[in-house]
Amino acid sequence: MKLFLVCASALALSAGLAQAKTFVYCSEASPEGFDPAPYTAGTTFDASAHPIYNRLTEFKKGTTEVEPGLAESWEVSEDGTEYTFHLRQGVKWHSNEKFTPTRDFNADDVLFSFDRQGNAENPWHQYNPGITYEYYTAMSMPELVKSVEKIDDYTVKITLNSPEAPFLANIAMPFASIVSKEYADALEAAGTREDLNNMPIGTGPFKFVAYQKDAVIRYAKNPDYWGTAPIIDDLVFAITPDAAVRLQKLKAGECHLMPYPAPADIEAIRADTNLKLDEQAGLNVGYLAYNTTLAPFDNPQVRKALNMAINKQAIVDAVFQGAAEPAKNPIPPTMWSYNDAIQDDPYDPEAAKAMLDEAGVSDLTMQIWAMPVQRPYMPNARRTAELMQEDLSKVGVKAEIVSYEWGEYLAKSMEAGRTGAVILGWTGDNGDPDNFLSVLLSCDSAGEGGANRAFWCNEEFSSLLKDAKVTADQAERTALYEQAQVVFKDQAPWYTIAHSTQYVPMSAKVSGFVMSPLGDFTFETVDIAE
Amino acid sequence: MVRFILNKLLYLIPTFLGITIIAFSFVRILPGDPVLLMAGERGVSPERHAELTAQLGYDKPVVMQYFDFLGRLLQGDFGTSLVTKKPVLDEFMALFPATVELGLCAIILATVIGVPVGILAAIKRGSWFDQISMTTALVGFSMPIFWWGLLLIIFFSGMLGWTPVSGRISLLYYFPTPTGFMLIDSLLSGQPGAFKSAVSHLILPSIVLATIPLAVIARQTRSAMLEVMGEDYVRTARAKGMPQRRVIGVHALRNAMIPVVTTIGLQIGVLMAGAILTETIFSWPGIGKWMIDSISRRDYPVVQSGLLLIAGMVMLVNLLVDLTYGLINPRIRAS
Repeated sequence: MKLFLVCASALALSAGLAQAKTFVYCSEASPEGFDPAPYTAGTTFDASAHPIYNRLTEFKKGTTEVEPGLAESWEVSEDGTEYTFHLRQGVKWHSNEKFTPTRDFNADDVLFSFDRQGNAENPWHQYNPGITYEYYTAMSMPELVKSVEKIDDYTVKITLNSPEAPFLANIAMPFASIVSKEYADALEAAGTREDLNNMPIGTGPFKFVAYQKDAVIRYAKNPDYWGTAPIIDDLVFAITPDAAVRLQKLKAGECHLMPYPAPADIEAIRADTNLKLDEQAGLNVGYLAYNTTLAPFDNPQVRKALNMAINKQAIVDAVFQGAAEPAKNPIPPTMWSYNDAIQDDPYDPEAAKAMLDEAGVSDLTMQIWAMPVQRPYMPNARRTAELMQEDLSKVGVKAEIVSYEWGEYLAKSMEAGRTGAVILGWTGDNGDPDNFLSVLLSCDSAGEGGANRAFWCNEEFSSLLKDAKVTADQAERTALYEQAQVVFKDQAPWYTIAHSTQYVPMSAKVSGFVMSPLGDFTFETVDIAE
Repeated sequence: MVRFILNKLLYLIPTFLGITIIAFSFVRILPGDPVLLMAGERGVSPERHAELTAQLGYDKPVVMQYFDFLGRLLQGDFGTSLVTKKPVLDEFMALFPATVELGLCAIILATVIGVPVGILAAIKRGSWFDQISMTTALVGFSMPIFWWGLLLIIFFSGMLGWTPVSGRISLLYYFPTPTGFMLIDSLLSGQPGAFKSAVSHLILPSIVLATIPLAVIARQTRSAMLEVMGEDYVRTARAKGMPQRRVIGVHALRNAMIPVVTTIGLQIGVLMAGAILTETIFSWPGIGKWMIDSISRRDYPVVQSGLLLIAGMVMLVNLLVDLTYGLINPRIRAS
């Protein structure tokens, strides 16, 4: 009898497994934790912010447009410094074995989520040793946010110190995910504060079930989700670091979808009828930044001449294996305000040589810095540098390739007085042009420790950006950014290399997956054909 | 025997201290620091860099940091990961069983195949078996692990579909893992098919990880056997008319095993090195991959304490090997 019961329950279990729709995603790395605020890696957000949490504003699926999230609507004051958010009512928090919520989401949760990051006095500011809120700091939130006030249970007012047009996009980013105040209080009472990071409670489409370090993350559908509930019942992340192995798992049916295929495998994936491939231009740029403070690179004509000496298409073909678009602007073509009217400098070694002669530059020697790691915007920096070196030699410029270990590379490339041009790149955080142009090219970021590796400070360019930042009207902002791109092209602080394409291979049975221009992987809309 | 063991244990103390110094300095000698790597392309202002460095306690003189580390270590505090903000010991305990399970399977595989092959090759010295097995061993010894693993996956999992591609168990099975050893936990779970699934996931990674130790053990066994078989007492035994089986089994093998046991013990270190690559290919959640990730992120606490814990385990295994040695050979005990 006992044996029968065991068998019967086993059968019931396997029948249950067959019925429930389980979607397996072969993710490429382990999340650092499940509280999105202290971390900066996209992999971490794919496992925490996107399935488990929501934010006041959200990015509309497949775009970088901001739409209502936990805030149903909002008003912005005339001067652009006061944002009043009307919160969604009836939003349920998840529960787990240790916590059952007694109330719905409300303003207290919003206040808690921002205060713990911005206020060093908040007991949750350092709830785990060594926690810092790098994204909150990087998006200038400490300088920007004056106060976060509760007007009533479902109304919150955020006051800024100065107008900031990208603010609504900033708070749609993972670091601004709303966590439960009630859960935090319960954890505090139990003396297990670290569980905020280990056993997350959110309002998102999936509930966290379990994480086995470096192996598997399990989620279950949130049936009470305030938005459209997911189609699949269970979501599983099978952590698979090697790209070739991920592809084998996808082919063997051990997972349904994978990120970051090796460029060399793209053709084989296309040819496989059991698989399909989504592709999209990435929200990124790879570039070579001159040190515009050192002669002769302080002369825009010299920079322009060097730009004309390098064959961009050859780099796209050889290094990116065609999986990229040659870049002419510092922002990618998928971003609003991209100025398509701009003509790229032509590849013309003879004209380049003539321009160098005209500028009085002869026997120029320079360094090209090639980073030691592969990044989404640059598959192979050394190979890129070699192609540049060869092209430059044809116009009489002798280039030497140097490289450092990654951490050192990042540090040394920021040092003022650096000799040499640096290969680097950027992937957008929030889809706002300011997130590329101000971070990478403004006078403010040209100082020590800033991300402006060209040390380029152009008054006209920077003032256009400042104007755009305090303008709420998107059409006006677009015009300002388009003009800024004209100045950029004319002054040529960078050689813009390429915007790489993102590929997402998946089983042919999968439907409803929407690629995000921000590179996020979200699964609430996916379905699997039986 | 007690004195022998105590002696061995005493030797561990300076070794352990030496390892703390190496583990501590190793990650600090590498260029780049954790704060810079966290900031990435965005960069970090000198003020923020100083603030974060101070918060992590890395603004103090290095010698002070070392004594802090040692002091906490003596209280059983292995530190907290800079990346995950979790205690290093917790992470180690969560991942270590996976590495041990894989390592044990690999070493058992290497020994069970390597020793008999070595013996047979020695007995049939110069035969086709000897030549083929020793050439294969040479190939195995020089095998690039990453390529080998991928090749096996593509052939056995991709083309033939005999084994799963990677992971420790099919994702359909979900049960608590009290011991961390999937073979044991899958049996305890009582879920039908779980144990079989765990075994099938172990096959390819064990073969890959066993490849190099197997080659070394086979070659070492062969040469040890050949040496012993040339000894006077073996010739005497033969001259007495003792059957070949007894000459080899009782007289030759036991003496030949002494260097072989040492070799097997030394392979533990080789296994750890191999585990790093094997774990990465087979998405095996063990400490090899954990160390590599931590080194590339300059997660100082994980690297220094992790190295120490691994070294501690290797030392323990070597101690056991030494003791086994003493059991096999009473002369070593006496000296």
